[in-house]
Amino acid sequence: MDIIVSIMKAALPLLLALAPKLFALDGQVNIHDPSTVVLCSGKYYTYGTGGTSLVSDDGWTWRRGTPLPRRGLAPDIYFSGDRYYVYVAANIGAQPKAAVNMISSKTLDPASPDYKWEEGGVVASSDGIEDANAIDPGILLDPTTKRLWLTYGSYFGYIRLVELDPKTGKRLHPGDKPVNIAINSEASILIYHDGWYYLLVTHGSCCRGADSGYNIRVGRARKVTGPFLDNMGVDMIQGGGKLFAGSSGRMIGPGHFGLLDVGDGVQKFSLHYEADLDRGGASVLDIRPLLWRDGWPVAGENVQEGTYEIQSLRTGTSLELAVEGFPVGGRPVRRGPPPGGRPPGGGPPQGGPPPGGMFAGTGVPIPNQDVAQVSQKWPAGEIETRLANYLCQAQQKWTVTPVAGAGGYPGSPYFKITITDTGRALAASSGGELTTVPSFTGAPEQLWRIDQLTDGSWRIMPKAVPGTSEPLVLSAVGSSFATLSKFDPASDKQRWLLRKP
Amino acid sequence: MTRTLKNTFAALLIAAALAGQTAPVTLTAPTTPRKRVSVDGFLQRWLLLEPIPAAGLTDSAVRAAIQKEYFPKQLEVLPRDGDKVTVGDKPLTWHAVDTANYNVNLYHFAHALGLKTSDVLFWAVILVESPREMQNVRLAIGSNAASVWWLNGQETISIYGDRQTVIDDGVSKRLTLRKGTNVLRAAIINGGGATDFCARFLDENDRPIRDLTAMLPAAP
Repeated sequence: MDIIVSIMKAALPLLLALAPKLFALDGQVNIHDPSTVVLCSGKYYTYGTGGTSLVSDDGWTWRRGTPLPRRGLAPDIYFSGDRYYVYVAANIGAQPKAAVNMISSKTLDPASPDYKWEEGGVVASSDGIEDANAIDPGILLDPTTKRLWLTYGSYFGYIRLVELDPKTGKRLHPGDKPVNIAINSEASILIYHDGWYYLLVTHGSCCRGADSGYNIRVGRARKVTGPFLDNMGVDMIQGGGKLFAGSSGRMIGPGHFGLLDVGDGVQKFSLHYEADLDRGGASVLDIRPLLWRDGWPVAGENVQEGTYEIQSLRTGTSLELAVEGFPVGGRPVRRGPPPGGRPPGGGPPQGGPPPGGMFAGTGVPIPNQDVAQVSQKWPAGEIETRLANYLCQAQQKWTVTPVAGAGGYPGSPYFKITITDTGRALAASSGGELTTVPSFTGAPEQLWRIDQLTDGSWRIMPKAVPGTSEPLVLSAVGSSFATLSKFDPASDKQRWLLRKP
Repeated sequence: MTRTLKNTFAALLIAAALAGQTAPVTLTAPTTPRKRVSVDGFLQRWLLLEPIPAAGLTDSAVRAAIQKEYFPKQLEVLPRDGDKVTVGDKPLTWHAVDTANYNVNLYHFAHALGLKTSDVLFWAVILVESPREMQNVRLAIGSNAASVWWLNGQETISIYGDRQTVIDDGVSKRLTLRKGTNVLRAAIINGGGATDFCARFLDENDRPIRDLTAMLPAAP
């Protein structure tokens, strides 16, 4: 056994190096049952079970924050008017006797003079006998009706829906009977998208580390009160639910969905994993892209370190250095006269296409281009970019690498984008144009934010553009050139595919 | 002006027809001194020089082709319809043409004149009158095949390789159109087969600019 343990310890760094590198947030990210992530005065906040509080300046690097005055289970939070409303549940004795309390404050920043929490009272409860456990609150402020809804519940019975007063955050009609909308789940929350209400819940077991079966599931309905059906037509009140996010890679047990809309049609979601194997199986916060496909939410992945072709969704052409390309394997060479041709002076026929005909290739694999060889004719200084048909050439392959200590944005660090196996780095230039510099220096115009958009394509955005404070993104201007311009969510100009070359 | 125009391209079309060749239907001799761009912003009036032999469409081949001096001040001259230059030992004529389409069909142009259409370089020039200074606009072109473009003497676009004309294929960086007259010049190099080009200006929101006018250089 000791030998096996020793071998495992020795092999661990190698195994970790070989594993696909996911960038599950940086800093102090331990949390369980995180609330929806909210922005307050330029900082991101989330609150978890047991008084955990996390705060971040950029959505990438997190640190411990100030606990809420009311601790409990799985809080949720929303902002309305001039106040942040937090809903915190607590069991009253043994489950399923529980209550959801509301507290509110004008700010989440403890350094602000407005940081004063006020108790708002109980908004939902379960008596320990009924088929409900009033924990795990989730809030929806309906963007179409401006009505405020609370869902709650856990495995004792139903997930329930009640209406709140958007002006006070309190129960709107305390005497009304809650509506049962799902069963056999917890961590419920509603979101609205394109004419549908989506109920996201977490199935499976929690709190068992790497043995937790937590997974996020979804159903949808035209009315906020349901019925919420999954993709197979099964009602969530009968246990239905389309899988939205399950364990993947070394991240086990996703749960507690929270929508984070970062604007311009870019959506993300917060969650926790029951166990991050790279962090010793700790329960951690993560933020991932939210995609939409065929009317259903899909859990996207933050961009991973690697080598990519960067293809414009507008044109189908790919970003490359503006240098003369050289065909992979060399230029086609004619091999003498066509079959039957005779050499000058007579003699038997010679030459002709290779065996198998002119389309047979060489018969052996053609290696990738050696960038050290083909780059010898490239200029030494800045080289501009352009778009061209992808032909697997060296000037068309880009390596995306996270930059340590450079900060980030919700879900990811900033990246450098370099021509593969070179130091040549993509950079924003003055006037809102693009260039490449011979080597990466860490300057903000060489740092890139890469957000996955709701259709699965990517938005690529420099941290800074010389000469302007306006946020600009990589944009295909015509078929053969790229520039930087303001993001237009309705256009394909600024949507890019990251394809494995 | 009108008489001169009729004496060049129109006369050659008649000559081509008399010689039994099929006259192009997309190009005609201008009959007015000014022509507003199309509703999609395309420049539909140009001065074209008869084709010059040129080979190669790679970046380096095209750069070499345009750096060669074919005739004096080739990047500065403002030709008039019927002007002649000598390239090598061959006199070539500038022709003013209007196109009925968004693009200028150079194959029609050369074929109607009984000239070579493959492995050739075409020079094209036009004056673009802008009613005001326009900043952050872009020149947007398409060409079959490679082409290099200059606005007011500054190279703004180069696209290489064997390619077809696609609207807004090559788009310049942001530039400024002067109030009044601007000189737009292009060299289009064809390998084989069809050859044509199109050009327009886009505003800062990538929309076509519709209040520009194409003009032929005035007589001295």
